[in-house]
Amino acid sequence: MSLEYDKLIFDLSSPGTEGISLPPLDVPNVKADDLIPRDLLRKREPDFPMVSEPEVMRHFVALSLKNHHIDKGFYPLGSCTMKYNPKINEKLARLPAFTEAHPNFPETLVQGTLQILYELSEMLKEIAGMDAVTLQPAAGAHGEFTALLMIRAYHEHNKHTPTKVVLPDSAHGTNPASVAMAGFEVIQIPSNSEGRVDLSKLAEHCNGDLAAFMLTNPNTLGLYEMEIKDIAKLVHNCGSVLYMDGANLNALLGIARPGDLGFDIVHFNTHKTFSTPHGGGGPGAGALGVKAFLEPFLPAPIVAKKPDKKGNMVYNLDYNRPLSIGPVHGFHGNTANLIRAYCYIRHHGGPGLREIAEAAIINANYLRSKLSRRYDLPFAGRSLHEFVLSGNRQKALGVKTLDIAKRILDFGIHAPTIYFPLIVPEALMIEPTESESKVSLDNFVEVMLQIADEAEKNPDLVKGAPYNTPVSRLDEAAAAREPDVCYSC
Amino acid sequence: MIPSDFKYTKEHEWVKIDGNIASIGITDYAAGELGDIVFVEVPKVGTKVQQTKPFGTIEAVKAISDLFSPLSGEVVEVNGEVAAEAAVINKDPYGHGWIIKIKYSNAGELDTLLSAADYEALLKKI
Repeated sequence: MSLEYDKLIFDLSSPGTEGISLPPLDVPNVKADDLIPRDLLRKREPDFPMVSEPEVMRHFVALSLKNHHIDKGFYPLGSCTMKYNPKINEKLARLPAFTEAHPNFPETLVQGTLQILYELSEMLKEIAGMDAVTLQPAAGAHGEFTALLMIRAYHEHNKHTPTKVVLPDSAHGTNPASVAMAGFEVIQIPSNSEGRVDLSKLAEHCNGDLAAFMLTNPNTLGLYEMEIKDIAKLVHNCGSVLYMDGANLNALLGIARPGDLGFDIVHFNTHKTFSTPHGGGGPGAGALGVKAFLEPFLPAPIVAKKPDKKGNMVYNLDYNRPLSIGPVHGFHGNTANLIRAYCYIRHHGGPGLREIAEAAIINANYLRSKLSRRYDLPFAGRSLHEFVLSGNRQKALGVKTLDIAKRILDFGIHAPTIYFPLIVPEALMIEPTESESKVSLDNFVEVMLQIADEAEKNPDLVKGAPYNTPVSRLDEAAAAREPDVCYSC
Repeated sequence: MIPSDFKYTKEHEWVKIDGNIASIGITDYAAGELGDIVFVEVPKVGTKVQQTKPFGTIEAVKAISDLFSPLSGEVVEVNGEVAAEAAVINKDPYGHGWIIKIKYSNAGELDTLLSAADYEALLKKI
């Protein structure tokens, strides 16, 4: 099938074609207008496409080929941790006991699901060194927002009303957005020359008006915050809360625990750290772990384990949480994704999780050492699970990072994150994850070195890329401002 | 080439003085760094702006940035062409791509702006 395939399913329709054959009707045939008031009935038949099953399959497979996805090729999207989603987790999450349960079932009928949610919470506590967990938030950024509401509730409970939240200039864009959404003022501090937190800049804001300091560790440059203990002391000494953006927790799994480092709250991106499906607008899951002093403010309900009247241990939903900020999601969060995360953790176990972090770190450092010979590396030093190159050297030749990213697509590889973090000009943020083999990493190195050569010898080739994709350069301004997403309007 | 009779800021805005009116836009360098500009959010005529404070935002495909006012004063005109099609800034940053005109209120602030030569030197250092 050609990559140029661009039909709608409606274009394939031919009257009389059917994809299914129904058995003969074995109940009396009743006319719709005998059952439903005539004025509520549609006047025309709905315009359903009339296609056979093979046509439907080929149509959607053809469309899917136009996409890039982790099942198709390498996806080194820095900060987004596009790791492979093991199919066993998909299979388990699709068991009818999960998919056919209704969230309003009485607790007695969903003891298994509740047990999984309870045990997942316990495992997340252990992994992060925290005392309590909520599984409700639907994504990492939702976890941030939930945490900030809890921080507000905590301060207000203690008769404090601090107004500011500090974050470094390398922070994920979701951090300042969550801070503003929660009604705090965003204070951004510049990183030091190593790309890490500048303690003296942080100290300038450590006073009674500081509600929290939000920090990603390792940070978005893939660098571990070496002074994390001093940072924690500074923040705690002024009565403030230390928040960890857990987007990069996959680099610490089994090696270091945020709670031991002095963090009071951490969110988990289950899609990044525990390989549940990613983005695309689909349901995510972003659990939140907190230290004991914040536990009363967690969203209700929490899954609890208690003895029943006969003394048997049962799982139930604890709504009796008077200081709770209230629910932040319907029922118990996106349970199917939580089940996948649970399977992933159980499958690997403690030592396996540590190996995951180690492999992610080794893979990133391998790529960094190979690629930094031909691309600038503004913040030198060993990285953890990701690193940030700069396309400055190529830009001097007229080839921008955007051009490099487009050229990468020609080789069947997704582009890295570009132009983030903002403190690196012409940034190329690369995260291979632990999923990739050495063969796959070497192939990427070859592609990147070839593009570096092309930028020197034939810059126009790079500037005109991509050539092997369904469409070449898009008019991104028009796509952002005048999107045309209608079938027939 | 940057116009030699304009003034500049280190935030990459330009100012063209015409009597007591200052036209304000962003430099070719800034437009190039931003990439395809998609949208500009500008204040209404009559809004008071303050030197070094944001007066609007500029949205490109890859980022949204604040626009900082090079001078204090009151907005007297907004470029409708840019408001309708922001890409004009990429095409002609120093001409049709002007963003607002203000009646500046403190002539002393003019001395704090960079000359074309100063700005060119700044670009060389980047």
